[in-house]
Amino acid sequence: MFDLDRWREIFQSINKNRLRSVMSGFTVAFAILLFTLLFGVASGLGNFFKSAFSDDAQNMMLVRVWKTTKPYKGLQTGRAIQLKNTDYNYVTEEYEDQIQYQSARIYKNFSIKYKNEASSYSVRAVHPDHQFLEKTLMDEGRYLNNRDLREKSKVIVIGRLVKKDLFGEKPALGKRVNVNGSSFLIIGIFSDEGGDNEERIVYIPVTTAQMMYGNNDYISQINLGYNPNLSTDAAIAFGKKVERDMRKRLNIHPDDQSALSVRNMAEANKFVGILMFALYLIIGFIGSGTLVAGIIGISNIMIFVIKERTKEFGIRKALGATPGSIIGMVVQESVLITTLAGYFGLTLGTYILSAIGNSLEETYFIKDPSVSPGIVIGATVILILSGLIAGYVPAKRAARIKPIEALRAD
Amino acid sequence: MIRIEKLHKSYPIGKDSLHVLKGIDLHIKEGEFVSIMGSSGSGKSTLLNIVGLLDIHDEGEYYLNGQLIKDLNEKKAAILRNKFLGFVFQSFNLISYKTALENVALPLYYKGMNRKERLKVALDYLDKVGLKDWASHLPNELSGGQKQRVAIARALVTNPKVVLADEPTGALDTTTTDSVMDLLKDINDEGMTVFVITHEEEVAEQTKRIVRLRDGVIISDTLTKAAKAQ
Ligand SMILES: Nc1ncnc2c1ncn2[C@@H]1O[C@H](COP(=O)(O)OP(=O)(O)O)[C@@H](O)[C@H]1O
Ligand SMILES: [Mg+2]
Repeated sequence: MFDLDRWREIFQSINKNRLRSVMSGFTVAFAILLFTLLFGVASGLGNFFKSAFSDDAQNMMLVRVWKTTKPYKGLQTGRAIQLKNTDYNYVTEEYEDQIQYQSARIYKNFSIKYKNEASSYSVRAVHPDHQFLEKTLMDEGRYLNNRDLREKSKVIVIGRLVKKDLFGEKPALGKRVNVNGSSFLIIGIFSDEGGDNEERIVYIPVTTAQMMYGNNDYISQINLGYNPNLSTDAAIAFGKKVERDMRKRLNIHPDDQSALSVRNMAEANKFVGILMFALYLIIGFIGSGTLVAGIIGISNIMIFVIKERTKEFGIRKALGATPGSIIGMVVQESVLITTLAGYFGLTLGTYILSAIGNSLEETYFIKDPSVSPGIVIGATVILILSGLIAGYVPAKRAARIKPIEALRAD
Repeated sequence: MIRIEKLHKSYPIGKDSLHVLKGIDLHIKEGEFVSIMGSSGSGKSTLLNIVGLLDIHDEGEYYLNGQLIKDLNEKKAAILRNKFLGFVFQSFNLISYKTALENVALPLYYKGMNRKERLKVALDYLDKVGLKDWASHLPNELSGGQKQRVAIARALVTNPKVVLADEPTGALDTTTTDSVMDLLKDINDEGMTVFVITHEEEVAEQTKRIVRLRDGVIISDTLTKAAKAQ
């Protein structure tokens, strides 16, 4: 295979017969181009699906409550459900092993004031893990920590746009703002990929909020990040179990979806997973179909070419070429043409994909389409195999050529 | 060098078979210059193909360089051809996309010689046939006589035991025929065994021994005037 002279012979014959080499490579190049484009587009779609949810952690699970819509154990319909610290503690302790992140959340809406600027903002009172669940990105300072919660500190982390509203270009870190009448120290400024609404928010410790606003142990919802080692199915089962448990604990009818529900990212992940699997299956089918057509195309053209070169092979044999060396030469030529053509298709495809880039995201939901190195390595292996298959029949024919018939003087 | 005894060869044609060679006995010693004559269809090429290991005989015995040729597979035949035999054909049979030099060097490639060396050796042989200056030309840039001289250089390049030529002058005019025959004579003078097929009396006269074939049998085997004169 690494006989330099053999390669030289092949390069010469391809080079002297450029047109037919290009022709025979065309179908394979087209097959790979098509495959690359389809695959890139599919992975683009996948990226889009993922990023549609990805301003939050991929493993997020929310326990949320409203009013009951079914009577249960003598309790009436329309009862408002209230989550409390005990519920939060129960879930986080009971399922410790299945949980990576945990945070309670209380929603408030307060006016926040700095000097003469004031505006109303959504205030979220949370635990430190909330940063990872919401994928809050710290621009300046720090997020809430356990000490803030223990000491019920009056500290606040403000969104990038809150800072812009109240401070403009001036520094905000370390300044104090007035939140619903109390003074809070700004310890951090964050941004969030979830869009403007997610950046017009402030975070304060959940303990501080409970002490200051009502002096109770109420919470609005429980945010969990399930253990990422769980399989998607296990994570879905975990979510269902938490849902059943909490309904029981809060005396809610087991089927009362409206009173308490667990929103689980695992379910969305599973859906996207199935969708992508189906998509790749279809693409694999189309791609391999085209590739098979390409292989047959190369093989056919090479058989034709062998016929055209009958005399040449006859001469080579008369001069001492063994059947093995003829087979090797034809197969190697086929592998070379296939691989070159395939790479041409792959390069062209990747180039087109990168040219498309993100420009299709808005209209066609395709984000950053690309082909991974794994695919490139896989394609190389497939192309070499294809070349071997395509070259086999023509090579056998070439080896069967009888010099006396090839060289007959007529 | 070549010893043939009671050699028979038939070609199947449909259900029948065509008996082409009907018991040939021929002995060619090293350094001989032999021509085979006979009318078209008399079996000359068939005989040469068998001698050249391009075809197999049905009956009888064939010894090449003392070795009994029997049950050869294609690979072994290819190796023996490369080692012992050089071919010259009526229609030259040069590879059209290779230069004169590359054509001459091709048998050395199958011998396994490295590129640098084989191009050097090939150039020596091109020089020997007077075409050194045409080394980088493609066959279609050469005249018929030049092509045949390239083919002769190619036949000689592996330094074979025998050169087999099937109507080497069949496609050439009289002057070029003479120059090609002169070349073959020179080669023979250097000791090479040369075996030529022809149906031209003037060509045969320039060899040293004429074997006449008719209907698959040898009807005469005589030395030429040129040989007697020596
Ligand atoms: N491969 C073959 N199959 C069938 N018949 C053949 C084949 N080769 C030669 N012949 C026949 O054998 C006879 C002798 O052919 P050939 O040896 O080529 O004669 P020459 O070279 O003397 O003209 C001819 O009748 C020819 O048609
Ligand atoms: Mg003939």
